[in-house]
Amino acid sequence: MSPAARRHFAIAILLCAAAFAAAMAGEEAPAAGPSLKEILEKLPFGLHGFVETRAGTRVQRNRYISETASMAEARLQLEASKTFEIGDYRPEARVKADFFYDGIEKHAFADLREANIVFSPFEFLDLKLGRQVLTWGTGDLLFINDLFPKDWESFLIGRDDEYLKAPSDAVKLSFFADAVNVDVVYTPRFRSDKYVDGSRLSYWSDALGSLAGEKAVVRDTEPDRWLRDDELALRLYRNLSGYEIALYGYHGFWRAPAGMDPLTGKATFPRLSVYGGSVRGPVGKGIGNLEVGYYDSRDDRGGANPLVRNSEARFLAGYEQEVARDLTAGVQYYLEWMMDYGDYRRTLPPGVRPRDEVRHVVTTRITKLLMNQNLRLSLFVFYSPSDSDAYVRPKVHYKIDDHWSVEAGANFFLGARDHTFFGQFEENSNVYGALRFSF
Amino acid sequence: MRAWTALGIVLAGLTASAGEDNPTVEQIVEKANLAAYYQGDDGRANVHMVITDSQGRTRERQFVILRRDVKDGADQKFYVYFEEPADVRKMAYLVWKHVDKDDDRWLYLPALDLVKRIAASDKRTSFAGSNFFYEDVSGRGLAEDTHELVETTAEHYVLNNKPKDPKNVEFASYKVWIDKKTFLPKKAEYADAEGKVYRVVEALEVQEIQGFPTVVKSRVQDLKSGGNTVSTFADVKYDLGLPDDVFSERYLRRAPRKYLR
Repeated sequence: MSPAARRHFAIAILLCAAAFAAAMAGEEAPAAGPSLKEILEKLPFGLHGFVETRAGTRVQRNRYISETASMAEARLQLEASKTFEIGDYRPEARVKADFFYDGIEKHAFADLREANIVFSPFEFLDLKLGRQVLTWGTGDLLFINDLFPKDWESFLIGRDDEYLKAPSDAVKLSFFADAVNVDVVYTPRFRSDKYVDGSRLSYWSDALGSLAGEKAVVRDTEPDRWLRDDELALRLYRNLSGYEIALYGYHGFWRAPAGMDPLTGKATFPRLSVYGGSVRGPVGKGIGNLEVGYYDSRDDRGGANPLVRNSEARFLAGYEQEVARDLTAGVQYYLEWMMDYGDYRRTLPPGVRPRDEVRHVVTTRITKLLMNQNLRLSLFVFYSPSDSDAYVRPKVHYKIDDHWSVEAGANFFLGARDHTFFGQFEENSNVYGALRFSF
Repeated sequence: MRAWTALGIVLAGLTASAGEDNPTVEQIVEKANLAAYYQGDDGRANVHMVITDSQGRTRERQFVILRRDVKDGADQKFYVYFEEPADVRKMAYLVWKHVDKDDDRWLYLPALDLVKRIAASDKRTSFAGSNFFYEDVSGRGLAEDTHELVETTAEHYVLNNKPKDPKNVEFASYKVWIDKKTFLPKKAEYADAEGKVYRVVEALEVQEIQGFPTVVKSRVQDLKSGGNTVSTFADVKYDLGLPDDVFSERYLRRAPRKYLR
């Protein structure tokens, strides 16, 4: 797209916002003709979405990224869905796409988030085919057995929570039986996380032994052969009088770089299998959850290959309770335990900062609703006592009316050292605000 | 002569029904509970809420509610599918109501494909940002209050109710007007420790649907804030034969269209 076309695109999105707002405002003036709502209801399919502008800025100078702004975008999301009146279990098709102008990358994007069809060929089977967002597991912003693609960049710069989840092009089969339900997700081609690569957020580079940014963007080589670099995810679950019990399996690749190709120096996504389980249910006055997983790093089972991440065991325990009216508090404890740590240390290339054998993380979430639940204050904190670093996410969300909402928040990273998980992002700390019109 | 006989029968009928119309307080609250929350074995309704704040600004909610009784007068399951406003559209909310322990609640967020467990244990918090409480929607446990019949009028039994555990609720007492014929609660007034009424819940319109007297329009007034919410119930149906598995994770993730329209 030429700069002029991009500018037109951005202006078009903003005009859409204004037009929708005017149409909705017109609803109260009966003489204004059919309202937007009436027009939308006349369509042969349901059409919904939102228009949003969102902007953010770093709160300190970043030595590795020249842009001060962390986000500046105008976005239109459209979602069309249609239920076909065929049989008892009606097939449903859905398409959801985002069109946005990203003022940081100075580029307009069209992002197809969902394009799928759901139907039930048999009463005990649901099939969902196509591009879809997938989530399972019990953690709150901590994922052990949910290995579906994530967009960490969106999360860290303060886009809506929705964008933490990247879609999968997959087939999901769900079998339902009294004894156990089974989900099978087959993805014919691997897709990596949108991880922090230095293009927009600075990061710690093991290769350079220092922080890095736009001058040292991670180059990777992604497994991308159809039907060969494929993924399989499995969940067996059932509800035992209010307690949700699940077993999980995954066969695919590390979702974020976990290795290096010594010939090209490119980051790699080595093969990975994960086996795990979880339970969630009422504990005392609240909800408790436990989740475990074993990460079998199949390209380095012995742990002596310094170019591939070792196997790991992961554990999570959480508890959430309503502590007062419209005030909810949750805590989680999470650990990652590296297997074959002796081999890792023995084969670690000189100059590379070693990771700890065990990484501990504690999180807290506090949510308070005010003004008839139209104002939501929330605070999420990740704190790692072993890494001595933290990530603090405060957020304020206010629903002005049934269409308009405003949001402000921040992503603060703190750390004693440059190479730790959250500490490496310190210079990316940012604040942001957003205005959205939903229809 | 025939007229006198007829009158005699009518009078006898009246006397007989008056005899039956002297139920105990326990019978009244039990019947009222069944009439208000357990009609049929299951049911559905399209609910429209208009929430008006003290300055006259309105917000609207549109959702479908499905209910299935596990046991009459006891455990129930609810499924709520939100249609409006846009920011909650397609969210689904599942409640397994328990009489002897905290309810199980789940919320499905479609944009993230996330089934979230809700830790909320307080039932006297706003339902979907309206002036209705969760308890107004799903019922309040009969054992949680003491009930006293304070008055019997031509149309109503008037009961005064006091919480056994006042720390858990915002009211000191509430008075309920129960229709003598249908046993539907027609009005409830909640009073604070000073005896001042600050919250009124009323049935504004009742219709008979499939033989069940049904509140099709109700209102909550918050006299302290000056706000109110009016709910209207459309397409009410009973005894649909809702399968138990509609109230499960499967249909949280995939709305049970067949029962939603």
